[in-house]
Formats: sequence, C-alpha cells, structure tokens
Amino acid sequence: MTVLIQIPTPLRGFADEQAEVAVAAATVGEAMEQLVTRYEGLRPHLFGDDGKLRTFVNLFLDDEDVRYLEREATPIGGDATLAIIPSIAGGTVAEPPPAAQAPAAELSPEEILRYSRHLIMPEVGSEGQLKLKAAKVLMIGTGGLGSPLGMYLAAAGVGRLGLVDFDVVDESNLHRQLLYSNADVGRPKIDAAVERLREVNPHIELTPHPVLLNSSNALEIFEDYDLIVDGTDNFPTRYLVNDACVLLGKPNVYGSIFRFEGQVSVFWGAKGPCYRCLFAEPPPPGLVPSCAEGGVLGVLPGIIGSLQANEVIKLIIGQGDPLIGRLVLFDALRMSFRELKLRKNPDCPVCSENPTQTELIDYEQFCGVPAVAEEPALNDMIDVTPTQVQSWRNDGRDVHILDVRGPQEYAICRIDGSTLIPVAELEGRLGELDPSKRWVVHCHHGPRSTRATNILRDNGFPQAYNLAGGIDAWAVEVDPSLPRY
Amino acid sequence: MIELSPADLARIRAHGEATYPEECCGILVGRTEKAASGNGAVLARVVRLVGAENEREDENRHNRYLIPPEVILRTEREARADGLDVIGYYHSHPDHPSRPSEFDRDHAWPGYSYLIVSVREGRARDERSWRLSNDRSRFDEEPIRVPEPSAT
Repeated sequence: MTVLIQIPTPLRGFADEQAEVAVAAATVGEAMEQLVTRYEGLRPHLFGDDGKLRTFVNLFLDDEDVRYLEREATPIGGDATLAIIPSIAGGTVAEPPPAAQAPAAELSPEEILRYSRHLIMPEVGSEGQLKLKAAKVLMIGTGGLGSPLGMYLAAAGVGRLGLVDFDVVDESNLHRQLLYSNADVGRPKIDAAVERLREVNPHIELTPHPVLLNSSNALEIFEDYDLIVDGTDNFPTRYLVNDACVLLGKPNVYGSIFRFEGQVSVFWGAKGPCYRCLFAEPPPPGLVPSCAEGGVLGVLPGIIGSLQANEVIKLIIGQGDPLIGRLVLFDALRMSFRELKLRKNPDCPVCSENPTQTELIDYEQFCGVPAVAEEPALNDMIDVTPTQVQSWRNDGRDVHILDVRGPQEYAICRIDGSTLIPVAELEGRLGELDPSKRWVVHCHHGPRSTRATNILRDNGFPQAYNLAGGIDAWAVEVDPSLPRY
Repeated sequence: MIELSPADLARIRAHGEATYPEECCGILVGRTEKAASGNGAVLARVVRLVGAENEREDENRHNRYLIPPEVILRTEREARADGLDVIGYYHSHPDHPSRPSEFDRDHAWPGYSYLIVSVREGRARDERSWRLSNDRSRFDEEPIRVPEPSAT
C-alpha cells in the first residue's frame, strides 16, 4: 500500500526539503521505519535513543490519531496519508521539586557499582542517580506501606530518608510489615526500621522522627524535605499531611489500603488537586473501618507501597507522567487497575486561589475523633468496661452480649453466649433482639460497636451499652484464654 | 532571528501572567525566510498567535500536554490556507529562568522557534527565543526583534 507521509515544515531540511514522501508499507510502524531509513537525519527527531517514537510525536493516519487505533501496528488498508504532528508539553511541570534539582557532587565507585542497573538506563543515568542522592524524602508511617517504601527508596539511593512513627511492633503487624521480624516484636518501629534500612543501604542518611505527628510539629519536620510520602492509616493524619504539604508547596505521594483494595495518587497543590479537592470532609468517625477493624490482605500494602515508591522516584528524576490529577484504584481480587481523573476544586479550602484555611487546624476534632479525655458523663452513659460487664454477670444480672463483628472474626474468638449480627445488617435485623433486655455491644476495638449502640438506643433499646475496647480489651481484662488478633 | 510585533509580545507576556503559577502555551504562526545575510540563518516572522488557554481545562491537562496534537494539526491547516505555517511555540516558565529545560530539549524539533517568557511572582520578566541544534545536543538562542509599530 502506498502511504503519503507529510513532513512537518521544520523537519523538511532533513528530507531534501520535500513536503511529502511516498513509501510502500503495510503498517504505520513500517512506513515510519522506511521514512527514517531513507532520510537518516530525520530519525533522531522522531525516535528516541530507545528506538521508540518520541512521546511528543503523534501520527495521524487519514486524520485519525493512531494512539486510538493500533498505534504503530495500525494497518494501512489502501492509499493513505500519514501526518506527523508534535504536541507541546509543559516545560516545568515534570521537573523535580526545586531542592532536588541541585544534584549531589558525585557517586563513589561503590555507589556506581551498587546503582549500575539504574545508571545504564537513559531515563535515570548518572544525572538521575545524583538527583536521587540529593533528594530528601519524608515517610509518614513505617507500617504496611512504609515497609516496601522504605526498602525500595533506601535501596534506590534516596540520599536522605526521614521516618515518622511512634508505634511499637506488634505480632499482628508481621503478616504484612516486612521491615520487621519476630525478634522486633515490642520494639519501637522506628528503631527497628532504621536498623533494617541501614542494612539495605549504608550509603544513605536515615533520620528518625519518633514523634506523634500533629499540627504543632508537622511544618517544622516537613520543611527539611523535598517530598512527603503518606503511609498513614488514619484520617486525622492524612488531612494533616495533605494540608501541611499544600502550605509548604511540597508534593504528597498518597497511598491507602483496605482489605483487597488500594488507592494511589500524587497530591500537589501547586501543580494539581490535593486530597481535600477529592475529599473535602472526612467520613463520619467509625464509618470507614481501619485495617485493624476491617482487615487487610498482607500483600496489598506491598503492591500499593511499591507504586508509591515508583511515583517518588519518577518525581525525583523528573521522568514519565506523574500521578498528578489522577487516582489509581487497585482491586486485588479482580486484579484490576482503574484510573480516575481528578480536578482541582476551585473552592478548595486549602489549595485554591483564595483558601479559607491558611494554617494547620486540630485534625482530631476535624475528623470527629473524640479526644482521649472525653466528658465522663456521656461516656458513662454509653460505655462500659469489661470488668463492669463481668461484675454484672457475677451479680446474676440478665446481660446479653451482641457481637457486631464479621463472621470471620467471630470464628477467631467470641464471648460465650453472644449473638452475632454484623453492624451492616443490624438495622434490618433489630426484630431478632429483645429491646427490654440489657445489651452489651462489642466489636474488635470499639468503633463499630459505638455506632451499633447508637443504632440500638435510637430504636428503643434504653439499656444498650458499648463495650469499651471491644473483645480485645475483654481478652486482656476478663478472659485471657481468648486469642487476640 | 525571530520578529514579532509589540502587540504580540505584550499578548504573550500577559498570557504568562494570567496563567501564573501554571504555565501558558501558544502557537506562533507566520513565515520562515532565509535571512539576507545568506549564511544559512533564518528569519522567522510571527504573523499571528494562537493562544492555547482553552486547552488548559480540558482532559489533556493532567498528562501535562498543554497543546494537544489535534489543535496543532488544525492550526497548521488554517495557517496553510492563508499561505502561512506554524513556525514555533511560546510558553512560560513560572519562577524559572527563560532558558529551556532538559525536558524542553527532549520535546523539541529543530526548525521551530521556542520563545520562553520567564514569569516571577506573577510578573513577566524577560523573554528569550531558542532553536534546537540539528544534532539535538543544545538550544541556540536567537535574537528577538520587535519592530516599532508602523505609523499608519
């Protein structure tokens, strides 16, 4: 088939000043190859060193963009016209944050050997590796997401890696948090993490921040870093990280996980939407269960944390298309990735042109999480402790236990004689419960049962109580024979 | 050398200020002639601008291409109908100098003029114009000539 290739004006000097070149080819890719074989001078302007069409070069076969056909494999059916059209990209959007632009002086012979598989790729090369070495990245959380993040970022040679965590390694962390091993149970996570990451890469600087991140310390900690990676598991910290990043103009590489599903994006108020543009307000407390309540597939944070590490490295070396303005949704059961386009909210309270919030706020209050020292009057009315319930039982009072967890959790452990109705089904199954009885409602740790207790109280169960601390507290205080999870 | 009218230059600067802190981008339509000096240098005369501000909010925005190829294809056809051609592009560098970035060099062709206006703190500062060398190794600066408006 004969295809007439239209040569763009600026490139005609490389094709004997011709406006059109006729070649015989069966596919678009073949036609382009023939063109650049005939006029070698055109090749570097159309194809990159990797032999692929340059990303800004677009091909239109009879006015149809071949990206929406079969790209270079698009067949040429009859006589056709092929136009080569550039697209114009933004000049500075993909550049790394300013502080990361000043590359470190040089790589030592040991570093050259260590990073050789990076160095031989044109997209990274010495230049990219030096940018990684000069980069300062702060990880919020060293748990499920923080484990792969920390290990890949350390291994990749991010020059300075800051870690924020205040938690202690628990046995229930070990099925997904690969930074830790059996011997670490009971140790502060940050100590064990720094030790492990130093083994991964002794050439980088590790800065532990063993603090509870809050509105009074976040800006000060963030200031020293080029970009922030959010690996938190709770809403107050997530909003805090977002707002602090917007205020400081730093990118926030976001990831979150639940059960079999995960999300990844890059929130960067200066370049695109922020987390608040997506979720202006947090969900009501207790509505979205945490991993501790809902569970999480152990491998899921490995996948999502690795995707975050990938975005961090791309931002630092300034390559590829960053996930700015895009939210990737991963479903491990269906094995599917979906992508949502995100737009900047012109009325966003923090990242819009006229923000209504220009400093950090109290995020616990914003997310409706009750302060630790809650008013005792309200608490006493609804909440009861495990020992209180035990003493009611010992006194021979008629106490009924309602378990609002899922059946899988019920199979792990249960309080003798309890009734199982998962919280999601409760409103439809109230008829199974006697409202005149005294009900003690429990879940794993308390949030779901608080909601369930409120449902009961609103539906004519005056003696409904919430077991504070859930079955976990029950196992500690009343029945040590119950397995904890 | 690139030549454009004071009004077009003012329009480019205003465009950069209007979109700050985002970048602006547009197409230079005109004619390219061999310069009188005869040493192979060219004179690119800008006849009109095609601003691409409307493309900023469309679906191409996220993938950071400010002017999608469809728009360039259309502009090329309209220009040719008037005996003109797309001779280059302009864009702004918010809070960066008016020098091309590495990213610009990877995404350019020789034969076009790339005019960059530096916008700092919302004010257009200076503008410079560049042409990619034939071997893609560097950008060479070309002078910008802004003739006085003819007294008509």
